[in-house]
Amino acid sequence: MYRYDQYDQAMVETRVAEFRDQTRRRLEGKLSEDQFKPLRLQNGLYLQLHAYMLRVAVPYGTLSSAQMHMLADIADKYDRGYGHFTTRQNIQYNWIRLEDAPDILADLAKVEMHAIQTSGNCIRNISSDQFAGASAGELVDPRPYAELLRQWSSFHPEFLALPRKFKIAVIASETDRAAMRLHDIGIRIVENPSADGAGEIGAAFYVGGGMGRTPMIGPLIRDFVPLDQLITYAEACLRVYNRYGRRDNKFKARIKILVHELGAEEYKRQVEGEFVHLLEQGVEPPIAELERIKAFFADPPFDPDAGDELDLSDPDFKLWVERNTHPHKQKGYISATISLKPVGGIPGDASAEQMHLMADLAREHSFDECRVTHAQNIVLPHVKKDELYGLWQKLEEAGLGTANLDQVGDIIACPGLDYCSLANARSIPLAQKISQRFAENGKGDALGELKLKISGCINACGHHHAGHIGILGVDRKGTENYQLLLGGSEAEDTSLGKITGPGFDEDGVVDAVETTADVYLRERKDGERFLDTYRRIGMEPFKEALYG
Amino acid sequence: MADTLAPGCDEVQFRFRNDEQVSDPAVTVDAFLGQTNAAAVRVEPGDDVRLLLDHLERVRLVEVNFPSFGDGRGYSSARLLREAGYDGELRAVGDVLVDQLSHMRRCGFDSFAPDRPMDPADAQAAFGRWPHVYQEAADATQPIWTLRHERDGNG
Repeated sequence: MYRYDQYDQAMVETRVAEFRDQTRRRLEGKLSEDQFKPLRLQNGLYLQLHAYMLRVAVPYGTLSSAQMHMLADIADKYDRGYGHFTTRQNIQYNWIRLEDAPDILADLAKVEMHAIQTSGNCIRNISSDQFAGASAGELVDPRPYAELLRQWSSFHPEFLALPRKFKIAVIASETDRAAMRLHDIGIRIVENPSADGAGEIGAAFYVGGGMGRTPMIGPLIRDFVPLDQLITYAEACLRVYNRYGRRDNKFKARIKILVHELGAEEYKRQVEGEFVHLLEQGVEPPIAELERIKAFFADPPFDPDAGDELDLSDPDFKLWVERNTHPHKQKGYISATISLKPVGGIPGDASAEQMHLMADLAREHSFDECRVTHAQNIVLPHVKKDELYGLWQKLEEAGLGTANLDQVGDIIACPGLDYCSLANARSIPLAQKISQRFAENGKGDALGELKLKISGCINACGHHHAGHIGILGVDRKGTENYQLLLGGSEAEDTSLGKITGPGFDEDGVVDAVETTADVYLRERKDGERFLDTYRRIGMEPFKEALYG
Repeated sequence: MADTLAPGCDEVQFRFRNDEQVSDPAVTVDAFLGQTNAAAVRVEPGDDVRLLLDHLERVRLVEVNFPSFGDGRGYSSARLLREAGYDGELRAVGDVLVDQLSHMRRCGFDSFAPDRPMDPADAQAAFGRWPHVYQEAADATQPIWTLRHERDGNG
């Protein structure tokens, strides 16, 4: 994985010193809260309902064991002994004191980490595929391109006061595990589609996707940008947005609204004009820099003689392997996902103890590397199949062996009204009730792949638009009310869910999810997932069962 | 004291140029395009600075106004002017804060007339904060990726 050199280290240390100075000036009254707010936000510090929340960047979701250990230490030292992994592959701490924040950033810098631009109206942490560099069926490892974009976007002087936040995802396979087309810019690394460019690697740009209150699937703006123009093209996309994105209405300020209002063709025309201009300016990094970064992402020293067989005679292990592992490009290896969604648990939460254990397992079994997924789980990307049973036993012992990846219990949920000052309704208790319901009634196992996503308000941090089943918490005359959506997908078959009809109270929506699942179990044909059945039979049978 | 100044009369607090300060009052972009003798122009966030590019030979001062520090359009305006070869004074005016100074310098601003005067020590610290930068902008600072590879340049 990527390691800092003296320049990268100097940059994060300078940032810590800068933020320490800003905090001092705030406490001395030289900065008003209005002036300080964007500064603390660009260092990951939000003011929530009960305390400050600190969001730490995990670039493209990749962590070393030393970094994971530090995240655990911070949870113990400055928070209440746990952290929350997020849908942007980051980690949040919910009980932080402002005075401690500079010291936490200094601790992070010791392990080449930071909280730079994890919030605020700027380019956020770059996300990617959690199986990058490991998965069979990937063109190349997308993370070197994500790292190049990380450096380019860090402290970019022109783009630190954008109309609104800006999120970029980079993937390099046909399968989309990063919700790429639901980002402000989604980049897919591809082979040149034109006849004479066979084999050349470049980037397809999708611009103007997003969730929030106006969900949109990003249109393809350019099908091939050569790698030695990647940064220049991104800069052109951003400059057009910075100049013309709406600033009159916060709710219409994301780039998706600009692209929608201009039309993808006109936006593209403006970007292409800016691109030609910027090519003359020479803002592109030397191609040698990309080569330098790529070297950090070379394959770990796999054992070419590793055995390729798994003993699946233990039925519990067999179930976990079926659900929680992913094929590896290297014979004898496999990627394993540690579910942070135990029945009745808080989605994405991990205790310091669990983080230490996952760090140790990453060191022992996965070449010192683990990944955070956008579905709020942890991946050990490179596990030798021979060691998988032993690994699983250790996870089971620690309560981390839940076999429910992409099942109804693997719920994405935002922090909701338990923490968040924007929320209208609670998300966490609802996720807990739903996972308990399906564990108790035994239907969970029959359902197969069913992605359920819960947001506690219209800002959609819980990705409800993209859930096979989505739940949106709203405020109805002072009480929490939940709308049900069906048919969303964040994968390569991206689609947006549709609302079933009138909302439900908390217990009512748990019943409604079960009713919805029953319709699927009744109607499904061989091999169909919930989403396939929904797409075949449409909304009506579900409406009939829910409201009929 | 500065609070009593009328808008547009902000005093220049920091200047990184050796030539004489332009004292002409800055006119709006529309007014500038309509008259041939103005040498100072004031760019508002919604103005398209590309309209000025055919007339840069007669411009000696561009003021870029930041009515609110959170509106970052002025950063793009500044870079566009520098990219077009403008080498006259480029002044940030309005709601200009200490923590924006280093970014503004990188986008090409070389004078600063904030609404409210800054603490000079805080400002000097901000100007000198960053020894390195990650990306190209309108200043002469070599990005880190150039520094990393400059020795490799000739093989």
